[in-house]
Parts: sequence; structure tokens; C-alpha cells
Amino acid sequence: MAAVAVEHGSEEVEHQAEASGHAHPPTNTGISNDKVAMWAFLGSECLLFGALISTFFLYRSRAPLGTVKPHDVYDIPFTSVSSFILLMSSLTMVLALSAFNRADSRRAMVWLSATALLGATFLGGQIYEFTVFIREGMTMKTNPASSAFYVLTGFHGTHVGIGVLMLLALVILIRKGRLTPERAETIEIAGLYWHFVDVVWVVVFTVVYLLPL
Amino acid sequence: MTSVLEPPVLLPEDPRPIASGALRRPARTDGFWSWITSIDHKRVGIMYGVTAMTFFVIGGFEALLIRLQLASPNGRILDANAYNEVFTMHGTTMVFLVVMPLGAAFMNYLIPLQVGARDVAFPRLNALSYWLFLFGGLFLYSSVFLGGMPNGGWFGYAPNTSIVYSPGHNIDFWIGGLLITGIASTVGAVNLITTCLNMRAPGMGLFRMPVFTWMALVTQFLLLFALPVITIALFLLMFDRNFGANFFNPANGGDPVLWQHLFWLFGHPEVYIMIMPAFGIVSEVIPTFSRKPLFGYKVMVFSGIAIGFMGWGVWVHHMFAVGLGPVSITAFSISTMFIAVPTGVKIFNWIGTMWKGSLRFTSAMLFAVGLVSMFTIGGLSGVTHSVSPHDRQQTDTYYIVAHFHYVLFGGAVFGIFAGIYFWYPKVFGQLLDERLGKVHFWLWIVGFNLTFAPHHILGLQGMPRRIYTYPEGTGWDFWNMVSTVGSFIIALGLLVFFANVRRTDKRHKRDHLTVEADPWDARGLEWSTPSPVPAYNFIESPEIHAVDDWWHRKYTEDEDGRMQRLDDYDKAKASAEEHLKPGQAVHLPSPSFYPIIAAAAIFVAMFGVVYGRSAGANYAITGLGVLVLVCTLIAWALEPSTEPDDALVDADADRLLGLAPAGSAQAELGSGDGGGDQPALTSGGSSGGGAG
Repeated sequence: MAAVAVEHGSEEVEHQAEASGHAHPPTNTGISNDKVAMWAFLGSECLLFGALISTFFLYRSRAPLGTVKPHDVYDIPFTSVSSFILLMSSLTMVLALSAFNRADSRRAMVWLSATALLGATFLGGQIYEFTVFIREGMTMKTNPASSAFYVLTGFHGTHVGIGVLMLLALVILIRKGRLTPERAETIEIAGLYWHFVDVVWVVVFTVVYLLPL
Repeated sequence: MTSVLEPPVLLPEDPRPIASGALRRPARTDGFWSWITSIDHKRVGIMYGVTAMTFFVIGGFEALLIRLQLASPNGRILDANAYNEVFTMHGTTMVFLVVMPLGAAFMNYLIPLQVGARDVAFPRLNALSYWLFLFGGLFLYSSVFLGGMPNGGWFGYAPNTSIVYSPGHNIDFWIGGLLITGIASTVGAVNLITTCLNMRAPGMGLFRMPVFTWMALVTQFLLLFALPVITIALFLLMFDRNFGANFFNPANGGDPVLWQHLFWLFGHPEVYIMIMPAFGIVSEVIPTFSRKPLFGYKVMVFSGIAIGFMGWGVWVHHMFAVGLGPVSITAFSISTMFIAVPTGVKIFNWIGTMWKGSLRFTSAMLFAVGLVSMFTIGGLSGVTHSVSPHDRQQTDTYYIVAHFHYVLFGGAVFGIFAGIYFWYPKVFGQLLDERLGKVHFWLWIVGFNLTFAPHHILGLQGMPRRIYTYPEGTGWDFWNMVSTVGSFIIALGLLVFFANVRRTDKRHKRDHLTVEADPWDARGLEWSTPSPVPAYNFIESPEIHAVDDWWHRKYTEDEDGRMQRLDDYDKAKASAEEHLKPGQAVHLPSPSFYPIIAAAAIFVAMFGVVYGRSAGANYAITGLGVLVLVCTLIAWALEPSTEPDDALVDADADRLLGLAPAGSAQAELGSGDGGGDQPALTSGGSSGGGAG
């Protein structure tokens, strides 16, 4: 066996032994499997939203003359408020994790519920917005711009909805004692997803609503 | 510490009954139900392989129909619509239900073994991937009984797939089936990436991973980033068809070229998704049968990574005829020429590996050399496409058909069969008959070239793709007949392979033959554990000191670089045969019902999407499916990955069951993260995300 290889080997083993001293999970990266998986999944999600945002960008001004396109019906103040609500939910998510890290299950449940509530409020705003737009004559079928608008924002809304369900599930789990502060990382990972969905909304709000045609 | 495997423990004297959740935890270790509920990466890999091989027969049958129809002018075997269905399903099947899952079969089976783990990172998600793939395939083929198979080509170009030109449900089944298999591959990618990054044995740095595992990792990253693009394309098409959106509807301002961009932005990385596992396989086979280390290990890895990156910058060469303007055509011509460089590096490295090696031309080696030579031909005709004036001439002709069959059949499928002959003894504990294997190879290499080499000529003569027949007097008769004859020789070769499997099984059972752990005197870690691999993979955590660590436990080199057998050779060989001792056991995660239920729920939900177009009430089916899915995922999250008192593998039971050939019982398998306790809850959480 090559001596060089052996040397490298022991170096590595030592290095890894050192890493375990810091109470990292027993993995090569020092990051738990669940977290690596969530990051990988979010990487995939980037392309999902990337494809949708590109499509919207291509189509945002494509509307046969006389049809209502998204930029004609936007209510920027209203959407700004609902965007602010969604962004605030990231703060409550952080507070929930921080509480759970301090083994304060009660506060963690409160903040998780608050996050879910803010997310649901955002969703409510989106549904309201959709109904207003439809009443003003812009439906999925109106033109490519409207199709791209509804599919992109609807897809994001679905992600928020899944997030709300996930948060509520966490609240129930903590309540039933199935999720204890030793596994606070679960909240952190759910938080990764939640923050990601928020960041995507920042991009969507900018690209879809704020950028002029 | 890395993911050191939990050492064996003593069996409890009085095992308690298994804890129950919403559903009773499955406990069978043999028979039908044990396969349904299995989460063991080895069983999942075998199921992937067997299912994909079944689809290979179906897709091959479709190919024969195509060839019979085109054998002579004015063919009457298929009418125009049937021909459209058959060539669409041939392409879709071979890409999504054969080559990709056969790659997945190898990756599932081998990655944990090659990195020294007990299982993949998320065993239940792994089972979910398999079931989604199976249900996706069944969904596609259910269209046979429900009004006709998809008929828009595997590329499904808009606006031909719009409701105006394709009012039937054919295309809806295509969308649904591909969406389901897409979820399967995405879940699998997340799982296997985590496994490669996180679960390597102590000492196995990234640059000590076997080349197969490296290529698998690159493939999984390509899947992770390419599949969302096709998913969105399919979603947009579904919204066009089901809800009257205008994405690909030119009548209302939509742009059919957007479909082409989205499809090929997925489609070109997809090409590398299909070929990379085969590259990995031959990188294991060629060194073993050349009795030399792989020439330029790091260069091999980096060229694989380079292909992974550059694969994203060449998609427009599928669209040179669209008219995108000189700038983009020039840019993509250049990038297409460039991507031939890392691929060429690989070819030369394989040749360098064989150079002055003591070559043994086993069936596996023959198929591997088959890949190197046939893929080179396909790669060269690929370079000709990068010359855009030439491409304008050849696009949509049989020249293209020749090219991609040389890379996908001559490349990917030959590579996969090299892998099948190579790892068959490891997986099933039986050595395939070498004589029949060689007959198979020669039938294939002759049949393959007879079938597809004439397509070059036909293409240059101007025969267009996808025509269901052609008139007399075109001058295409002769080469079409040659091609049809060749295709039947390929079919014969496949029959020889199946006969080989059957004969081998009979012979091993009759004579009670077993196979040693390392029958090829090979290099990878998977050969350091018995054949077939026991449920627990390794008794103790292997410690890795070099690339090809197992080889270095057997051999060293003298000053002149000649191979020398170590004194420890026999000891190493004997250690590979060790099983757990009686009374010893290994703690493995438990089987589960939830993966197949979750996959079935998605399957049912997708029917609602297909038929929702005809009547809105049918979306209730989708609602039902989603409801079942959500409940399943919650139950999944609450089910611990490992039941505290379950899944202790008894050494004796394993020896009795595990050594039996495939298809019969193997001791129940599956494991968590190979190191610590897998929090069941978060594993469910990420699965929820994956499904969403």
C-alpha cells in the first residue's frame, strides 16, 4: 500500500475525529442529512421558480390589444402590505426557532402559530387579489401575460400553503410531545423552507409587480 | 468522526412485539409483501432494474414495430396515428422508463456499498422514488386502454400538443406520467446527493470516491436542476390544456419556441443524465479487466464535473433550425464543440487504462469496450451537429436518429450491460454464463451497427424522421431493409441474455453453486463483502486509505510500477467472505407501507388531472389523492425510521435467506443514516417538501 495514501488517510481520520469533538452530527460534512437534503431540495426549487419567472418575464407585456394585462390591474399598495406581512413571518419563524433552542416549547408554539397565521393572511390577500383581477377582466385565459401571472404567483402561493400546513403540523407535534427541543433542528429545517419561499416572493414582487413594463 | 457504521450488537433474548402506528409496521422478511414494504437500497435497486428491464422489452417491441413498418416502401403494419403513438412511446419509454431507471438501479444498489454505508440517507424516500417511477410508467401505459397512447413525440413540441391539434387524452397521459416520474427522480436526487456527501466511510474523502459514485453524484445534480425545468414546461402545457392558458398558443400571442427552450434546457442535461452512469460503470469495469488503476482518476472526475457544467450551455444546438439568429447559433456551436473535449478526455483515459494492461475480455469488458468504440462514433457525429450549416442539412433526418442511437444505445445501453455482467454475481450471487454473454455481445455489436449505421446514409439521402411510410423510388429501400434486419438481430441478442439469466439460475440451483465475494479480483469496496450482499452491507465500518482501497488491501506495486500481490492477499479475500456470527445482529431501520401508499395517492390524483379536462367534477379525484397523500405524509413523519426493537438481522437467518438467489427471500434490509439516529420526523418533513 502506498505510504502517501496511508498518511493522507490518517490525516483525514484525525480531521474527522476533530470535527466530532464539536458535537456535529456524525456525517462527513458535519451537517445533518436532513439539512443537506433540504438545501438540495431548495436548489431544485430555484430552477422551478427560475423557469416560471423567466416565462413571466418573456410574456409580461404580451397581450392582444384591448385585453387586460397584469400591469393594468396591479394594486401596488395592497400587495406591498401583504408582502410586508409575509416578510414579517420570517421574523416570527426566527423567534420560534430561538425559543425552541432555549427549550421554551410554549413560546415556540406561539411563534410558529403566528408564522402560520401571517402566511395564511398573505394567502388570503392573494386570493382576494385574484378575485379582484378576475372581476376587472383578467383571467387565466385572457392573454399570455395573465396566464404567466396566475401560474407564477399561484405556484408561489401553493408553496406558502404547504408551508402553513407544515408549520401547523409542527405546532401539533410539539403540543403532543412528539417534537422536543433536542430536535430543534427540525424547526430550523422547516424554517429554511419558509425563508426560501419568502425570498422567492421578494424576487417575484420585484420582477412581477414593481419593474415597469 | 464520519458516518461510522454502528457495530453489531447481541440479539435480545426476548424480542418485544413491534410498536404500531397508524398502520401496523410490516414485519415480513420474505415473500411478496416484504418487497412491497422494503426500504433496503439493494432491494429497491433490484426492483428498479427488473422494472426497467420489463419496460426495455416493451420499448424494444415498439422499436421492432417501427422497423417492420419501415422495412419496405408503403408499409402497412401501422397506420399514421398508430405509428405516431408507437414512436412517441418508444422514445418516452427508452428515455424515462429504461435508461434513466437502469442508471438509478445501479446507483441505488452501488452507492451505499461503494461509500461504505449501510443504506442511503433516506431509505423510505428511496422506496418512494421507486414506486413513483413504477406508477409513472403504469400511468403512461394505462393510456393504451384509455383511448390511445401519447402521440406527440417524446419532445412533445408545441403547438402540436395543444388541445386544438391533440384533443384526445393522449398528451394528458404523457404530461401526467412524466410529472410522476419527475417527482421520483427529484426525490431520488435529493436522497443520493445527501448519501454521497454525508455518508462516506471514515477516510473516504470526496477524491477517494469510486469513479462510478462520482459520476452518479454528477448525474444526481443534473437531475436535481434539470427536472424542475421540464416539470414547469409540463405544468404550463397542462394549464394550456386544462385551464385555457396561452403559454404555447400562438393564436393568442403565446410562443411555441418557449416550449423548445424549456424542453431542451432540460433535454440536453438529460442526455448526460443518461450517459454518465454508463461512463461510471465502464470506469469500474475497464480497470478491473485491465488489471491497472484507472488512468488519470482525478482528470476523469473533473471531466465528468466539466460535462455536468457545460451540459447546461449547449441546448440550443437542438434548435438551430428554429431561426434564433447568428449570435446565439455561433455561441452554441462553439459550446457544443467544447463539450466534446471532456468527453474525449474520458475516451482517451479509458484507452490509456487498457494500454499495456493485462486485458481479460470477459462479457463485461466486451460491453465496456463496446461503449468506448460505439460512443466515439456517436460523439463524432455529434460534433458534426455543432457545425450549424451541416446541422441545418441534417436536422429532422435519420442522421440525427443514427447519432443519438449511437450515444444512447451504443453508449448508455452497452455501458449498462457491461455493468449487468460485472455486478450480477455481486447482486444475485450467480455468475452469468460467459459463453452466452459473448454471444449476446457479438449479436448486439453486429445487430446494432446494422440497424443504426445505415441511418447515417438514409439521413444524408434526405429521409426525414417520424414519417410513417415512404413511397417507392426514393432510393431508401435497401438501407431500411438492412436496418430492420439489424433490429431483429438486436432482439435475438436480448433473448440470449434472458436465456442466460434463466440458465444461470437453473445451473446454480441444481449444483448449489455459490459465488465468492470478489470473483473478478476487482477494486471497489463493494467486493469486500459477501455475494450476494447481506442485509447489513458491512459488518464493521470500513476504513479507507486510498482510491480503490479494496485493491490496495490485496496488491501493491514494486519500484518499476509492476503489480505485486501482498502477503495479506488471502487474509483480505477471506475477510470479504465473513458474515455476522450467530447471535450477532445489526440494527437496521424498518420496512414501511407509506412509500407505496404515497406513490399510489399521487398516481390516483394524476388521473383526476387527466379527466378533469372533460368534466370539472373529476378534479375531485385529484382532491381525494392529495388528501390521502397529506395523511400518508403525516403518518410517515410520525413513524420512526427505525422501530426500537425491530429489524435486528439475525446472522443465521441472513445466511440462510440472503444467499438464496434473487426473486426469493433475502433477509429484511434497510438502514438509517448508517451512523446516528435518524430523526424520523424531519425525514418525513423533507419528504413532504419533495412531494410538494
